Amino acid sequence: MTVVARFEVTHTRFLDQHGTETQPLPDFAQEPRALVPLYRNMVLTRTYDARAVALQRTGQLGTFASSLGQEAIGTGIAAAMHPEDVLLPSYREASAQLARGVRMAELLRYWSGDEAGMDFSGPRQDFPICVPIATQICHAVGVATAFQVRAQPRVAVCAFGDGATSKGDFYEAINLAGVWRLPVVFVCADNQYAISVPRARQSAAQTLAQKAIAAGFEGLQVDGNDVVAVRHAAEQAIGRARRGGGPTLIEALSYRLTDHTTADDAKRYRSEQEVSEHWPLEPLGRLRAWLVAKGAWTKEDEEALIVECSKEVQSAVDEYLAFPPPPPQAMFDCLYAALPTPLGAQREEALRFAAPRQASTEPGHG
Amino acid sequence: MAEVTLVDAVNLALHGEMARDPDVVVLGEDVGVDGGVFRATLGLLEKFGSQRVMDTPLAETVIAGMAVGMAAQGLRPVAEIQFSGFAYSTLDTMINHASRLRHRTRGRLTCPMVLRMPNGGGIHAPEHHSESVEALFAHVPGLRVVIPSSPKRAYGLLLAAIRDPDPVVFLEPTRLYRLVRQEVADDGKALALDTCHVAQEGTDLTLVAWGAMVHEALAVAEQLEQEGISAEVIDVSTLKPLDLQTILESVARTGRCVIIQEAARTGGFGSEIAAGLAEQGLLSLLAPVQRVSGWDCVMPLPKLEANYLPGKARILAAVRRVLEFQ
Repeated sequence: MTVVARFEVTHTRFLDQHGTETQPLPDFAQEPRALVPLYRNMVLTRTYDARAVALQRTGQLGTFASSLGQEAIGTGIAAAMHPEDVLLPSYREASAQLARGVRMAELLRYWSGDEAGMDFSGPRQDFPICVPIATQICHAVGVATAFQVRAQPRVAVCAFGDGATSKGDFYEAINLAGVWRLPVVFVCADNQYAISVPRARQSAAQTLAQKAIAAGFEGLQVDGNDVVAVRHAAEQAIGRARRGGGPTLIEALSYRLTDHTTADDAKRYRSEQEVSEHWPLEPLGRLRAWLVAKGAWTKEDEEALIVECSKEVQSAVDEYLAFPPPPPQAMFDCLYAALPTPLGAQREEALRFAAPRQASTEPGHG
Repeated sequence: MAEVTLVDAVNLALHGEMARDPDVVVLGEDVGVDGGVFRATLGLLEKFGSQRVMDTPLAETVIAGMAVGMAAQGLRPVAEIQFSGFAYSTLDTMINHASRLRHRTRGRLTCPMVLRMPNGGGIHAPEHHSESVEALFAHVPGLRVVIPSSPKRAYGLLLAAIRDPDPVVFLEPTRLYRLVRQEVADDGKALALDTCHVAQEGTDLTLVAWGAMVHEALAVAEQLEQEGISAEVIDVSTLKPLDLQTILESVARTGRCVIIQEAARTGGFGSEIAAGLAEQGLLSLLAPVQRVSGWDCVMPLPKLEANYLPGKARILAAVRRVLEFQ
């Protein structure tokens, strides 16, 4: 018998749960103040997240998927991306989207049940939130193929959860990305749960990162609650992809500290003790502790940031609440580039039966 | 001008459009070196290179899914699914994404892709190779479903499909791939989408068909002509969105209608046309609308194929029913 292949999967962390350095930090973290924007983005995301849940609970927002506890993943990958790269997120990447310039009011508009929230004014080529699990991974290899065909030095960055790695879409997409050495980075936000099914019931694989090995490229694991580790791994992977070195799969280990969505009750399938055991590992506290230890953050800074984030969220909420509901013709008008003649009669009928309140908001149909 | 088959016409359209538009790329299983299992993509790899003619791994989900990503970036991917029986795993992509990317982003991202595949039976192919899938796709808002019935129409409609700013499912009748030859001018001119095509004018009854069934309908019309009966044949070349108006106008003149489809009956596309006639054309009708279709059975293997597919005899029987109705 001969061993024909042998692999290893690494796990990387720079800051432990107390904010203590476990190894020398990468270059971007040499100047502690340089990490303040990452901290700010995580605090902003968490403030937004709590407010969105509150809006839902008071009937002012639709079903919402919180990213509580996973703020470091999106923050880290967005910090590693260039503006011209393309993000293909799932529904738990608010921290990445906000950092990429998607307006908070747009995200709220989407979660309120209005497609207009996906017409991002910021990153115009980023994909909208993807709900059908893992399907965006196929889109990501298409985006990356377009970059490759046009010889553009851009990278597609695709985020998804642990459950997504069980789907055929994931395997088909990573397999193709490996064969074609596409400029794409796959980020698995492994938050230990696909709604109620825990990681151990999702896959017998020791790591999810190792699934990349079967596709012929590197898979690695990072502490997804350590924003330094996430950003470092993403920078390495995105840089390699941009230079033609092909794809990477990053498994970012984290924990979903709250329900799957506001329509879920996690108490049905996991103990509160389990959740409370994970709170000390969450990402904000450790970075704050590190910044404080480095003398780069004070109590006053923290208080000012909380006020600033609250104001920003309030301003987004005000903007969101002032959006008029979508006019009923929106169902028809963006379906095709031009409305096909046969659909004209249905459009007219829809407008004739439109609820008066909605009809009153549309120009020309008031 | 050369006489070409339908599959040659597809090939001609792809060659021409790839030469005209650098954004057009072709992808699928065996489309490159092999030129496609039906040779629809023959010679493309040699002419346009592997960056634009992509042999993919054997994975239909990602073929359709990546076409969405490519299209969102402004390419015009033409993705081939080798046989329609393998297209079912593309439904998720076509329903959840291709058809609604424009809508969900309010036009910020669009999906000018073509998903092309052989459709239907009649060539004694193996299991799962002879499916008629048009109604599945035609049910999906935001898609276009186009089926050519001749080499000329394949050429012009495929050009139109590639140039269309929205996703098009282009279903090529397997049986017609090499059945007939026709002169096709390689002039780069597209045919109109979203409209039915009157394949033959007539006054006594209307035969409505698409794809391979247009040929059956024309053969029936020819026989009826010898009996002094004038049949109009409508080729529903775009099923989605359906140009019902052309069919209504025809039936308003003839008063009698037979719809012919190769697919199983229940929930088939012929049912949509029949429902449209019932809603909007009832008072023109002199006889109940008849559907001639595949049975509500699984598409059989070749030994029973001829028993499944609608043929001249079954269409003629339906024609007699509408003509003799009192």
